[in-house]
This record gives sequence, structure tokens and C-alpha cells, in this order.
Amino acid sequence: MSDTATKSSWLLRFHVLLTYIFLYAPIIVLVIFSFNSDHRNANWQGFTLHWYSNLMHNEAVQRALFNSLKVGLSSTLIATTIGSMAALALSRYEVPCHKLVGFLVFVPLVIPEIVMGISILTLYLSLSIPLSIYTVIFAHVAFCIAYVTITVRSRLAGIDPCLEEAAADLGATRWATFRLITFPQMLPGIISGALLSFTLSFDDFVITFFTAGVGSGTLPMTIHSMIRFGITPEINAISTIMLTLSLTIMGGMRLYEQYRTRRLKAQ
Amino acid sequence: MAFDYSAAVDAASGLQSTPKPTTRKGRMWMSKSRRTIGFWLALPFVLYITTFFIIPLLSVCFMSTEIVSDMDELVPAYTLSNYAAALSSQYLPILLRSALYAALTTVLCLGIGYPLAWFIARHGGRHKTLYLLLVMLPFWTSYLIRIFAWMTILQTEGVLNNILLYLHIISAPLDILNSPISVILGLTYGFLPFATLPLYATLEKLDFGLLEAAADLGSTPRKAFFHVILPLSLPGITAACLLTFVPAMGDFITPELLGGVDTMMVGNLIQQQYLASFNWPFGAALSLILMLIMLSFIALFLKTSGSTELLA
Repeated sequence: MSDTATKSSWLLRFHVLLTYIFLYAPIIVLVIFSFNSDHRNANWQGFTLHWYSNLMHNEAVQRALFNSLKVGLSSTLIATTIGSMAALALSRYEVPCHKLVGFLVFVPLVIPEIVMGISILTLYLSLSIPLSIYTVIFAHVAFCIAYVTITVRSRLAGIDPCLEEAAADLGATRWATFRLITFPQMLPGIISGALLSFTLSFDDFVITFFTAGVGSGTLPMTIHSMIRFGITPEINAISTIMLTLSLTIMGGMRLYEQYRTRRLKAQ
Repeated sequence: MAFDYSAAVDAASGLQSTPKPTTRKGRMWMSKSRRTIGFWLALPFVLYITTFFIIPLLSVCFMSTEIVSDMDELVPAYTLSNYAAALSSQYLPILLRSALYAALTTVLCLGIGYPLAWFIARHGGRHKTLYLLLVMLPFWTSYLIRIFAWMTILQTEGVLNNILLYLHIISAPLDILNSPISVILGLTYGFLPFATLPLYATLEKLDFGLLEAAADLGSTPRKAFFHVILPLSLPGITAACLLTFVPAMGDFITPELLGGVDTMMVGNLIQQQYLASFNWPFGAALSLILMLIMLSFIALFLKTSGSTELLA
């Protein structure tokens, strides 16, 4: 019994080790090869920062990065505002057709990305709106809202409404209650929602692919066309930069959440 | 106890009903303009989702019944011919292939993800969160970049072939890239975290004392697993299947970059109709078929699990 148990336990550990290697091998290869001087991206030929300095002079990449930041920041701002308002309405106020509105939150999550892309493209073209960076921003807002609403709503669900009722009973106006009690408590949810929204927008390819006009391509769009043109180490360098950015944002979010819970526990 | 449980489920699913004010004073304060404020707060959201999802989807539905005229214009025809074309012998194989690839991806994700989730839930100890974070971390990077990384590894002069050649395991480079294998590998890599999380969520709540109980009652570990643990982890397995199959079926970047001519999936076909062939009505019909397949899977899942917990 114990013999087979240890054997299967070793087998399990081996499986877990292999899985983590499977998960991380591509990312590690990507980062290492961004410093590789072999232009065929195949063998290790020596350390270089050549690909990074190439990027510094690549205007197309810089424009794409600028577009990505512009799209990411604007769509996050709009999506976070609309999404937080909806979350507040759904968990603290009476909304007409409450169930139907709650259902709308899940619509963007169950529609396949490609269907979302073509239907938003259809919308723009049927209204004869020329594709530009603004069409990308509004399309990104569409799928980010749902994530913000869900994040903020789950945060609000964890807050005891008695605090707000107590404030009201003690004579606080509705605005004062919101400003001093509700908002500070929902803020962590709003921040998480905004960070998630920015990451989703920054990494999005499919929706952008269908809604971007000429010259309004984002970084993933540029990477896609570079990949189609041929595998080059410059893509490794951009990928490493994007990777660092995404991981910093998401890691920062995790650390912030941990810090909050620790501080709440200390109180 | 029963009450606490349902409240916890509600909170987890984000579907908590609006809290009822308890005192009379509170009720007066709350009810006065609760409706008005709720309406105005939710209005932008409802308008936005309606404009960007509901109306476009309806117009895609309508477009799927149109035809392209000789003048390359869309003409209303109220026909189902686009659907018939999508299910014809020319295009049906692509739909079936997409379903097959998605199904294989799901099986692989379960096969890799279940033991992984089991290990984290059972042997993770203090480091459970860390193990789980390490599973999620790759998912936070761009999907496109991860696919590109696999291209670097799998290409004919790539890392994998170089290592295998160096170790004298193979004598000539393998052509893995642009084959069905590389597409399924890419899809499995992309959706493994989606499969692992719900499996972990179920296994974490499971009482492993049941295994000892089964052993005490004379069951072999294998029997105990198949008769006790597996049925109890079924909700996690269904959720994992759903979260893997649905996005894998609609994916188009993986087959485009890791696949070849004979690995085209329905996503590629839709993209082609919209951006290359300009047969939008046919693309619309394909999109709706794809969506119908996915939604029926989701409906099936909701029916078996009986809650919307997962979607929250």
C-alpha cells in the first residue's frame, strides 16, 4: 500500500514538474532569445541588445505602442466609469428589469471573440463610421465593461450594506454616505477592474483586428504582421517588453490586494 | 446553516439580490429615489451593451439571410442558403475539424490539469496560492506572444529540433509546425489555465478523509478514486470542459499561425469571408452556427450544474 502510494506520489510530482516546464518553457525561450545575436532565431550565438536598440529606431513599433497606450488608457477610463456605475446600480439600487440587466453583464463573456469582432465591424460599417483609432477604443470599451462590472460587483457583494444604512440613520445625506462609506470601500474593486481592463485592452488582438483603421494598429497588430512576415528576434524583444508590462500590472494588482487584506486583518 | 450557505453561493455568483433595508427609517430613505438613481446609474451600461452587442448581433442574424448580388452588393433575400452552404460537403469538414480539435484540446487539458489541480489542492500546503499563481501567470501575457513563442520552439530550425538533434534522438528535423499537432498543442497551452482553475476550485473543497474512509472499508485507491472522488469532482470537470471547448472552438489565431493549409478552423473561415472573400452573409451564417454550438454547450452546462456560479 505505502509503496504504491509513494510511487504514485512521485509520478504525480513528476507530472506537475513537467506541466510547469510546459507552461514556462515558451516564455523563457522567448526572453532568452530576445538577447540572442542569431538573426534566424534558432541557435544561441551570443548576448546582444541589438534587437532592443533596433526597436528604439523602429517608428512603426513606436507608433503602435503609442496607439496601444492611447487605446488602453481611454477604453479603461470609459469602461471603468460605466462598469462601476452599473455594478453600484445592480448591487445597491433598484434597476428596472433587474434580471435582464444582470444577464446583459454576461453577454460579452459568452460571445466568441471573432463573432464580437465581426458584429462590431458590421455595426460601424452599417452606420458608415470610418475605421480609426476611435472605433478601436469604443470596441474595447464594449468588452471591458463586463469585466469591470463583475469585479466591482463582487467587491460590493462583500461589503455589509448595514454600514451605509447606519450612516443614513445617523443623518448623512445620500451623497455623503456614498463619498465617505460606499466609495472608499468599493475603490479596491474599481482599481482591480481598471487594471484588468487595461491588460485586456493592451493584449487584445481579435477585436482590434476587425475594428482598426489604417495607421491605428496597436502593438499586437504590429506583432501579428511581423510574425506573418517572418520570425525575427525583434518580435522576441517586443514580446519581452509587453510581457514585463503585463506581469508588472497584474503582479502589482495581486500585491495591492494582498496589502489591502493584510491591512484589513491588522485593523 | 442552510441560510449561510445560500448567501455564500449568492455572493460568490455575484447575483446577490438587492439588500432589503431593515428599519422603517432606512426603508423610507432607501425607497425614495432608489429606483431613479438605479435607473440612471445602469442606463449608460445598458445602452452601451445594447448598441455594441444586441443590435449588431441582430443585424448579423439578418445579414445571414441576405445574398451577395452580381454587383457585389448585399441584397435581402430571406434565404437559408448561406446556412445550407455552411453545412454543405465543402465546408462541413471545417466545422467538424474545429469541433474535433476543440474536443482533443479539452481532453488534453483535463488530462494535464486534473493531476495538477489535485496536487495543488492536496499537497500544496502553505504554497497553494503560489502554485496557482504560477499556473495563471502565463495567461496574463498576450495570447499572440505565447503562440509566437511556440513558433520559435517548433520551427524546423527551432529549439526543439535543435535539442533533439543534439541529443541524437532524431537524425533529421521534425516538421511539427503547421501540422494538426502544433495547432492542438497551441490550443492546449492556451487554455490549460482555464481548465485547471475550476478543477482546483472543486478539489479544494473536497473532503479527502473520504479516501481514508473508502480505504478503511476495503476499497483500493483506484476504486476509491473512480467511485468517490471522480463523481464528486464532476462539477469542476464540466466547468473545465466548458471553459476549454468553447474558446478553443472559436479560436482563429492558433490555426492561422501554428497551422497549415489542412488545419483551417471555422474561425479562419469566418475571417476569410469577412476580410478576403467579402461574402459577409456566408460569414454571418458561419458565425451564428458557431455561436449556436457554443451557447448550447453553455446551456447544457448550466442545466447540469444548476447555477450561474461559474460565469461570475
